[in-house]
Amino acid sequence: MLAKKTLTQVLDLLEKKEITLEELHKDLHAAVAEKNETLNVYLTVNTASAEEAAQRSEAALRGIPIAVKDNYCTKGIRTTASSTVLDTFVPPYDSTVIANLKKAGASILGKTNLDAWAHGSSTETSQYGRTLNPRNTNHLPGGSSGGSAAAVAADMAIAALGTETAGSIRQPAAWCGIVGLKPTYGRCSRYGVVAMASSTDSPGPMTKTVEDAALLLNHMAGHDKYDGTTADVSVPDFTQAIGKSIKGLKIGYVYHSIEGLEESNAHLAKELEVFKKLGATVEKVEAMDPHYAISVYTVVQRGEVSSNLGRYDGIRYGNDRSFFGAEAKRRIMLGTYTLSKGYSDQYYNTAQKVRSLYIQDYNKLFETYDVLISLTSPGYAKKIGATEGEAMFGELEDMLLEPSSISGLPGISVPCYRDPETNLFLGMNIVAPMWKEETVIQVADAYEKATNWNTWRAAEKAGE
Amino acid sequence: MSTITPAQVQHIANLASIPVSDEEKKDLAQAFEETLAVVQNLQSVDTSHVEPTHQVTGLENILREDVVDTDHMLTQEQALANAKQTHEGFVVVPRIIDQD
Repeated sequence: MLAKKTLTQVLDLLEKKEITLEELHKDLHAAVAEKNETLNVYLTVNTASAEEAAQRSEAALRGIPIAVKDNYCTKGIRTTASSTVLDTFVPPYDSTVIANLKKAGASILGKTNLDAWAHGSSTETSQYGRTLNPRNTNHLPGGSSGGSAAAVAADMAIAALGTETAGSIRQPAAWCGIVGLKPTYGRCSRYGVVAMASSTDSPGPMTKTVEDAALLLNHMAGHDKYDGTTADVSVPDFTQAIGKSIKGLKIGYVYHSIEGLEESNAHLAKELEVFKKLGATVEKVEAMDPHYAISVYTVVQRGEVSSNLGRYDGIRYGNDRSFFGAEAKRRIMLGTYTLSKGYSDQYYNTAQKVRSLYIQDYNKLFETYDVLISLTSPGYAKKIGATEGEAMFGELEDMLLEPSSISGLPGISVPCYRDPETNLFLGMNIVAPMWKEETVIQVADAYEKATNWNTWRAAEKAGE
Repeated sequence: MSTITPAQVQHIANLASIPVSDEEKKDLAQAFEETLAVVQNLQSVDTSHVEPTHQVTGLENILREDVVDTDHMLTQEQALANAKQTHEGFVVVPRIIDQD
């Protein structure tokens, strides 16, 4: 089954002409047809993927099909953001990241489910139904990029695209036992991505291995004249960080003593010993309490959402505002409230000041440490239905990721434990200073190769 | 801590132009209370000596040449393709004045 291969493996097989593009596309479409009804991963499947790919077989990515979160505008392919407001919206243009990837030779396999407008951490707010976690279908895949995480975990894709505003790549990656890389804010263009919280939205890769993430990011990143917040900085070849020794690197272990996380942290602490064997140093260190970041993010995100979702008037495209689901209504209206006269200072401006305190805290920590490591999520994937009546579900689940998100830092989640009874995973979150994706890739790759928690690396070692 | 009333919810709903039922108003008022209770901890942080961060990259005033970008032009047909109601090549918008 070619669908089970990693991006790096498939590229190699195509280059050596051991497989054909048609075989690859056929296998992937077969995997989607077999599993999609149960898991609800894809909202739209691109049946023309093989024909489109054939025209790009000479470019770097050789026509390989990628699963795309349904909040990236894709020319000629329906883009819903998992909301019925955009039920019939067919974009007349590609988002920059999609255009970059097509130029590099990628094709689109299909569009994956998410929490409606990316509001949530479960896919349960999708107006097209929840996605199930392929590792254990009684559980949620996480979110908002839950469909993309599930597509990769279920081998219904070779690799996928997600977007993260505060946890939306890394948390579902952790819950589904895959790799999720959130680049530095401004590294990948937001142009053509359905806007959520513009000051933190970051497109990024969701893949089977760290190496695959580095490779995909190479073809996603770069300055874009259509997104004024992308930085005009050079994009390194991120795959250069693969296989690089981490000897002498200084790792700070953060959020190690948070109440309620004892069991998960015990597993992580054990895994951190691996880094010492690889020649790095690991020290427990205190970072600013992440509970305040929940508040900063909640206020900033609701405010930016109320503004960004103002454009959906059902006139130029889409349905009218009565189609918004309960979660979107809550967020738009809370943002409207906290930005309104008399409250904006109390909430929004205060939140932006506390945001500065997190940035200062990180700057200080990075004077001593090359990377900071914590759990990705407080625990394992929650059971289906867990979000019922929980207005703050996502924020609490994403608590450990929000400080780095509001600070714009790059981070990666890699699997670091699997519970043998439930088959559910814990993720390790590795964070570095702005523009240092190479360092998180280097550390994550070294760890992934030294351990057996990565499903695809383990299969590779077993000679499968 | 202030209590959010259904009347306040209605006012916010009007500002956000979102239709809400009486049932939703009750749920929304409760969700607001819960959320505002969580974010209350911001008030306990000393922010007197710190400037707000609105954007993390530090970029300012990004401008471009004011020239027509033919790469990103849509035909009239493309531009209208997703509109619910069109008339002779235009988008039809709902009347917002003189509604009575």
